[in-house]
Parts: sequence; C-alpha cells; structure tokens
Amino acid sequence: MATIVGAVMTSHVPAIGGAIARGVQGEPYWKPFFQGFDKVHEWLDEARPDTVVVFYNDHGLNFFLDKMPTFAVGAASTYRNADEGWGLPQVPPFPGDPRLSWHVIESLVADEFDVTMCQEMLVDHAFTVPMGLLWPGHGRRPVKTVPIAINTVQHPLPSATRCFKLGAAVARAIESFEEDSRVLIVGTGGLSHQLDGERAGFINREFDLFCMEKLVSDPEALLRYSNRELIERAGTQGIEILMWIAARGAMTHGVRRLHGNYHVPISNTATGLLLLGNVAAE
Amino acid sequence: MTLADNQPIPGTPLFGGEEAQRGYALNRMCYSFNDAANRQAFREDEDAYCARFHLDERQREAVRRRNVLAMIEAGGNIYYLSKLVGIFGFNVQDIGAQQTGISVEAFRARLMRAAK
Repeated sequence: MATIVGAVMTSHVPAIGGAIARGVQGEPYWKPFFQGFDKVHEWLDEARPDTVVVFYNDHGLNFFLDKMPTFAVGAASTYRNADEGWGLPQVPPFPGDPRLSWHVIESLVADEFDVTMCQEMLVDHAFTVPMGLLWPGHGRRPVKTVPIAINTVQHPLPSATRCFKLGAAVARAIESFEEDSRVLIVGTGGLSHQLDGERAGFINREFDLFCMEKLVSDPEALLRYSNRELIERAGTQGIEILMWIAARGAMTHGVRRLHGNYHVPISNTATGLLLLGNVAAE
Repeated sequence: MTLADNQPIPGTPLFGGEEAQRGYALNRMCYSFNDAANRQAFREDEDAYCARFHLDERQREAVRRRNVLAMIEAGGNIYYLSKLVGIFGFNVQDIGAQQTGISVEAFRARLMRAAK
C-alpha cells in the first residue's frame, strides 16, 4: 500500500523562479530564503518519495473565468509549464502518475468531493517553483507528480474547513492505493501578501507565525476563520494559506515538525517553509 | 457567511461574481497575453487589440492610463492584470507603489520594514 512520508509547505513567489534561473541563490537578498531548504534536501534524500501530490493555485495560466473549477485534479502523464505572460523562464515538463491520479479521483468522488478531472493541465509557477526548490537542477526530479489545483482567483473560494477535509480525503485515497508508493504531500503559496488595492504590500508577520505554529500543533484553530477573515489578516493573496491547510489535512495521523523557516520579504511576500514528518510512517 | 463577513476590507478588492461579470472582457484580453504573439499585437496596435476584446469605455480608459486601481474598479482581476502590466514593464513593486500612491523606493522600504 502507498504511504505518506511527510508534507512540505512552501511559498511559491514567482521571483524565486527568476532567482533560480539567474543562479543568484547565494546573494544576500536570497540566501536566508534558499538556505532554509538545505534541511529539506537532506530529509528528501532519506524519505525518497516516488510521487508528489501538490496542492497549488493556478494564477491564470491553465484556468480562465470561462470555467473555473473549485478543485481540479490532474490525470495526465505529463504536465507542461508555459508562458505566464510576464517573463518567468519556463522549465521542462513534469511526469505525472496517472494510476494514482485516477485512484485519487475515484476515491474523492466516492467521498463526495466532486472534482474536475484534467487530462491536460498546464502548471504555473505555483507548481514549478516549489518543485525547483525541493529538487534543484532540472536533471534531479526523481518523482512523479499529481497536481491538485484549488481556486483562489474567483470568489466564492472553498472554505478552510473544506480544504482541510479535501486534504484528509486525498490522504484516504493515497493510503488505499494498492501500489507500494511513497508519497510526499506539498502545499504551496502564501504567506501574507497583497498585490492589489490601496492596501497592496500588506504583510502580517504575527499572523503568519501564528499559522505556522497552529499548522503543526492545532490546525483546527485555523478552520474557524472565514475566507474574509483570512484575507483581512493575511492579505488578498495570503488566502493561499488554504493550500497549506489542505496539505495539513492530508497528515491525518499526526505530525512531527522537522524544520521551518520564515523570511520577509521576497518580492511583496512573507515567505514560509514547513517540513512535517508523518508520525505513522516513522 | 455571516452578515459581518460581507463587510468590505478597506483597500482590499475581493473578486466575486459581480466583478467577474463586469471585468470579463478586460480579463479575457489579459488572459490572451499568455501568448507572446498576442503581447506583440497589443504593442503594435493597442486600440485595435482592445477593440477586438470589446473592452468597454471605462476599461479602455483605465488601460490607456496604465492605472491599476482603475482597472480593478472596471472589473480587472490582479492575476490576469499582471500579464497586461508586464507589457508596460511594471513588476509587482511598481504596481504596489502606483496603487498606494508612494514611490517604488518607499514601497520597497515598507516591505523591508515588515521584516522587523
């Protein structure tokens, strides 16, 4: 049976992808952010995941307002990155894991999560940047992928509670998958930031640190916030914390906090990183 | 949602159904800019390109003025608008400064202060 080896939650700021492309990870502006991943790389060498299930939000690369799925699950054998319009260098395609994808889709729908199924799905920076952080260098991605996109573009967005439950349902799916696969959960986005409106540039360190603590010890504490309350505290795009909440929802057996990093700012964003081990897999 | 949950958050646009409907033409044009050839076509003849996507007068004027708050007011969504303002050479700090009415240097300094 498949096992969930752990979870990584990380920011996905496009500028990080730009820094990787330019090779400036060691510069003073970037170093405090990138060095946070050293421990994650060590851990990944031990954990050896076969497949990564990535909760992320599309920023208008694959989905437009003509049809906007709340939850969309990739079921492709390959996921391509593409031009997002504002100059981020593109990265090579990512292999899918269609057998696991279809199992997850079957299981989710049986579990009353009526997801959109995608046999073609372009993945944007919210997917590619974290993959580049976890496995630097294009030749070193020893994993298959299952992207799960959660809508953060068009309100109404799914609630924190719903995203948490989605994560738990994805975990049930993975843990009932008959192949001996080692699966890593990734949630990307946040932390506090706001790109639009007169409050642009809003960052809330206190709330970010509160979220990072509660995601480990008491995730239910975050579920009492409405999306409006989350946006008030974390900024319009800070709502991407929903991806972290979904990823935490997938850690149903209890977690051990193995590593964390918080660094402000990268571009307009407060960045966070959490590595959680699955207690049941120890 | 409770009643309190409908209260606006100052300076913070929420992109709901009403905005999505109002801004559809503008956002649809912005979405087309995922294609480099379309960005080039916009650069070559902005009027014709905007007309092709049926921007209304308010949207056309907001684009002409390169004014992000006006684009949002006209129904623009920041994720799609990013692709348009990229054509103008604006990054997220530039548009942050424009929307908050301060210089880019002051906006960057504000972000750095958030680290403390």
